[in-house]
Amino acid sequence: MAISLTVNGTSYSVDVPSEMPLLWVIRDIIGLTGTKYGCGIGKCGNCRVHIDGVAKDSCLLPVGDVRGAVTTIEGLSANGDHPLQKAWAKHVVPQCGYCQPGQIMQAAYLLSENPKPTDEDIDASMDDIICRCGTYTRIRSAIKTAAEEMS
Amino acid sequence: MNTIMNMRRRNLRKGVAGRIRLSNMSRRHFLMGAAGTGGFVLGLTLFPIQKNPAAAAGGVFEPSVFLSIAKDGTTTIMCHRSEMGQGIRTGLPIVLADELEADLSRCVIVQAEGDAKYGDQYTDGSHSIVEFYDQMRELGAAGRQMLEQAAAQQWGVAQSECKAQNHKVVHQPTGKSLDFGDLAATAATLEVPAADTLRLKDSKDFRYVGKDTPIVDLKDINQGSATYTIDITMPGMKYASVERCPVTLGKVKSYDASEALKVPGVEAVVEIPPFSLPVVYNALGGIAVVASNTWAAMEGRKKLKITWDYGENAGYESRAYRKSLEESARNKGDVWREEGDVNAAFGSAHRILEAEYYSPLLVHVPMEPPGAVAHVQGDKCLVWSSTQDPQSARDVVAEAIGLDSANVESRMPLLGGAFGRKSKPDFAAEAAVCSKEVGAPVKVTWTREDDVRNGFYHSDCAQHVKAALDANGKVTAWEHRSAFPTINWLWDAAENRPGAWEIDFGLSDLPYDIPNISIEGCEAPVHVRVGWLRSVHNIFHAFAIGSFADEIAYARGRDPVDNLLDLIGPARIIDLSGNPEEYFNYMFGIDKYPIDTGRLIKVVKEAAKMSKWGRSLPSRHGLGIMAHRSFLTYVATVVEVAVADDGTISIPNVYMAVDCGLAVNTDRVRSQMEGATIYGMSAACYGEITAKAGRIQQHNFNDYHVVRMSDCPRDIHVHILQNLDAPPGGVGEPGVPPFAPALYNAVFAATGKRLRSLPLQNHDLSI
Ligand code: FES
Ligand code: FES
Repeated sequence: MAISLTVNGTSYSVDVPSEMPLLWVIRDIIGLTGTKYGCGIGKCGNCRVHIDGVAKDSCLLPVGDVRGAVTTIEGLSANGDHPLQKAWAKHVVPQCGYCQPGQIMQAAYLLSENPKPTDEDIDASMDDIICRCGTYTRIRSAIKTAAEEMS
Repeated sequence: MNTIMNMRRRNLRKGVAGRIRLSNMSRRHFLMGAAGTGGFVLGLTLFPIQKNPAAAAGGVFEPSVFLSIAKDGTTTIMCHRSEMGQGIRTGLPIVLADELEADLSRCVIVQAEGDAKYGDQYTDGSHSIVEFYDQMRELGAAGRQMLEQAAAQQWGVAQSECKAQNHKVVHQPTGKSLDFGDLAATAATLEVPAADTLRLKDSKDFRYVGKDTPIVDLKDINQGSATYTIDITMPGMKYASVERCPVTLGKVKSYDASEALKVPGVEAVVEIPPFSLPVVYNALGGIAVVASNTWAAMEGRKKLKITWDYGENAGYESRAYRKSLEESARNKGDVWREEGDVNAAFGSAHRILEAEYYSPLLVHVPMEPPGAVAHVQGDKCLVWSSTQDPQSARDVVAEAIGLDSANVESRMPLLGGAFGRKSKPDFAAEAAVCSKEVGAPVKVTWTREDDVRNGFYHSDCAQHVKAALDANGKVTAWEHRSAFPTINWLWDAAENRPGAWEIDFGLSDLPYDIPNISIEGCEAPVHVRVGWLRSVHNIFHAFAIGSFADEIAYARGRDPVDNLLDLIGPARIIDLSGNPEEYFNYMFGIDKYPIDTGRLIKVVKEAAKMSKWGRSLPSRHGLGIMAHRSFLTYVATVVEVAVADDGTISIPNVYMAVDCGLAVNTDRVRSQMEGATIYGMSAACYGEITAKAGRIQQHNFNDYHVVRMSDCPRDIHVHILQNLDAPPGGVGEPGVPPFAPALYNAVFAATGKRLRSLPLQNHDLSI
């Protein structure tokens, strides 16, 4: 049975089992590969997307249960110029870069809820997103830079 | 193929930097990229590093294209090494661009495929810059001089009056200039200058080298458009997930795929043949489920019914194995360095200190799990894999599907982390076998559970260390026995003792000024695939040496930094020429890269200064230090720890002083040090793989923990002791080894608890 969903403002109708996780629908069926697989069990946050602006792990979310518009890293900004993306560039945050879409999507959610996060707020909010390359200290600095620019 | 693998292993042990030859290839080659014909193309023949290169490289000596300049001035630079987060796609090109006097904003970086014509592409051992710095400079200098000559010819003036500057050649007397693009066609007709006429830039004129340059893939990564192997698609591509035996060397006895084939989307089941020993990088064997998407393949795989022959390792238990390692390290092993007479020194000692250290198996868990996409068509195969070693990927694929290596095109996009796991491209063979069987391109993606359960593990290790002190507290003897499963086993299943080159990872080069030394490697049978992980055996050797040095400090009542400087002794070059096997020195010449204790002393003093060593701290806070040379680079790390009453730790600050000789891209040197500290912290605090009945007991990030944002050090301060005229040392790995001992020494300073086994999470620090 076809399932309808909206990703980055575009409507799709996908013919997949409703229990298929959103992650694999986005990546393998729709073909947007910015959202990454890292664990499949909700423990690394590399697959994080927004559903109506709220950050969620797409690897755990059956596509049939998606209620709302999906935004992936490709849809975060028109030209890669979201304040977070600019701050990421300024601090040269990425190493391998693989986790960074999940990091940026979570950070965007954090700032939408809490425009002036403290270190403790950042710890609590970003703790789910693993970066095996160890870019955490730069992520922290970049979030603060973006928060300043947005305020 | 095993011959090639053995040569590779020998290179790793004893390689020497290769020779190069430059050639003007403008008439024979199209420009790289889409720039068309009529430009300037410079090639570089990178002779492999054996004495008889023809034998090792299969006789391929085609000079490879490394640099081209199109008529519009677009300059294309080939990166032949894998990018896995270390920044090499920026690091080597800026060396070339700087020497060429090119404007980096007009340069395009193209990724080379895996082919012996590029010379060494084995992106491991922190040696990309070490090995290719001089060669990229020479290539850049040759290009610059040819462009200057082309300008002189076009203007009809003397070449000495023409000087390349920021993508132009300027006629100095008149100030007129021509863009590199306007000179490409003329340069293409010129002879390459002889090696002895190349003029390298003075380091004070460097524009990029020795400064901060943002990585070339930054924008793509931040927008989610960077491509990794897991993102590669091909028309008609299928997706596969492979069930492998949970016990090392186990094999499929029989299987029933009927239920798996009923899962919607599942299209086929493919048997990956069992390998024969030695393991090398061959696919483990198992059953692949091939489907129309990744999730269907994973779901189908769950429905497979497989009966395994678990084989000889079904009784492997980590706890019992640890005991056997500890027992082994208590007995004399193969002596790989001997100075003086330790037994005589112990006989006349005023005091003897003795301690045992243990560190468990670790697994790499790069965020992008291992994976590959292969497309077999007739007698040809195209394979994209997340590999640090595209030439081995090519060989492994060729062997797995019975092709000639020359018919395999091996490519690597960006790697989502690697850390040594992706030097072993067993996963590329799996994709090729599936593709051949189903007649379509196939992507194999390892699940995280596969990655944790079927890895190439960092060896577990038991060490027994003993020191003699005289009546004045001077250390007169150091005996160090290290027992761990050997990586040599990958190539020879009969191997069960550490090789000399493995002891050379941070143990045989013990930099202390002690007259009597015995360094020994002790027997350890192998029950899982073992393999190098970021900084290799330096992790456990530095842990034991750094911890024991600290124990000596307290035993003789000295401040740990004073103690460390006393142990290191005067600035000097350490001579290891008396070792029974030549010290491998990370593959590079000991004359160019001697073991220089003067540099170690400098980083110790600098890190102590940065941390304000000796300052007063709140209760249950402590500072700990360790300094270690690895991969030709010297790093001292001071960790500041705070231990809460419930035993949880936090790390307000880490201070690192780094002497890597020339630091090419200073921003990436800092980022590698930050990353290495966090990688070292994951190992020190959480890393532990255990086996029961031969099966790995951990699964995923739920039970194999790594450092996250909340426990990451609040600040990591990195100071680079820059030396623009020194040969560059390695950067990716040397930040890892000092972390664990510095942390454990800090924990001792904070709590008085001397802990001798990794990881920290197994110890109770509460009060
Ligand atoms: S892949 Fe979804 S949380 Fe790890
Ligand atoms: S940048 Fe590599 S995992 Fe985060």
